[in-house]
Amino acid sequence: MLFTVNKSPLTSDNLKTCLRFAKKGNSVLLYEDGVYGAIPGTKVESVVKEALKSIEVFALKEDLKARGFGEVIDGVKLVDYAGFVGLVEEHNVCPWL
Amino acid sequence: MKFGILILEGPYQHQAGDSAYNFAEAAVAKGHAISGLFFYCDGVQNATTYMTPPQDDRHISKRWAEFIAKHGVDAVVCIAASKKRGITDANLIKGARIAGLGQLTELGIESDRLIAFGD
Repeated sequence: MLFTVNKSPLTSDNLKTCLRFAKKGNSVLLYEDGVYGAIPGTKVESVVKEALKSIEVFALKEDLKARGFGEVIDGVKLVDYAGFVGLVEEHNVCPWL
Repeated sequence: MKFGILILEGPYQHQAGDSAYNFAEAAVAKGHAISGLFFYCDGVQNATTYMTPPQDDRHISKRWAEFIAKHGVDAVVCIAASKKRGITDANLIKGARIAGLGQLTELGIESDRLIAFGD
């Protein structure tokens, strides 16, 4: 299962609830304002790091760049739109809107 | 693979329509088929001819119209959401059609993946 998260974890509990539901082996893609969850140094960094022990976390490069960020938490993988499509090929999708 | 795409938010105000478009382009570039677009709730505003953005900005509805024509994609605009926003066949982009939610169910059945872009 791929969860897609598009809200900033700094203004919404969306990412936290998603990670609570995600099971071992699931993947989460952070895009749009969701990419703020991939940036080191925020209050959700520890939650994301804990999640990375059992799930894969991806962040959309284009949306990070559009917000002026490049560096991500260790273990978070960067994908472009082709990579986004690739993740959807591999998983059933649950948009966590 | 066949991808169905659901768009739930309006243009220029929210990124959903842009994300959906970028995803659709990337999917086609990888050789996938777009089994359909479904514009729902404020998302219906993406498919109107009302917008006239500045020339140096993206023209969201024109971009969809070109995508629909180029790839022969079925684009459905929700009838109930359209009526509430004054959208009729007279101000709908070329290639899109107004229909009911049953078409969304159909899209879900026909597609290998149905992906929603919204808020």
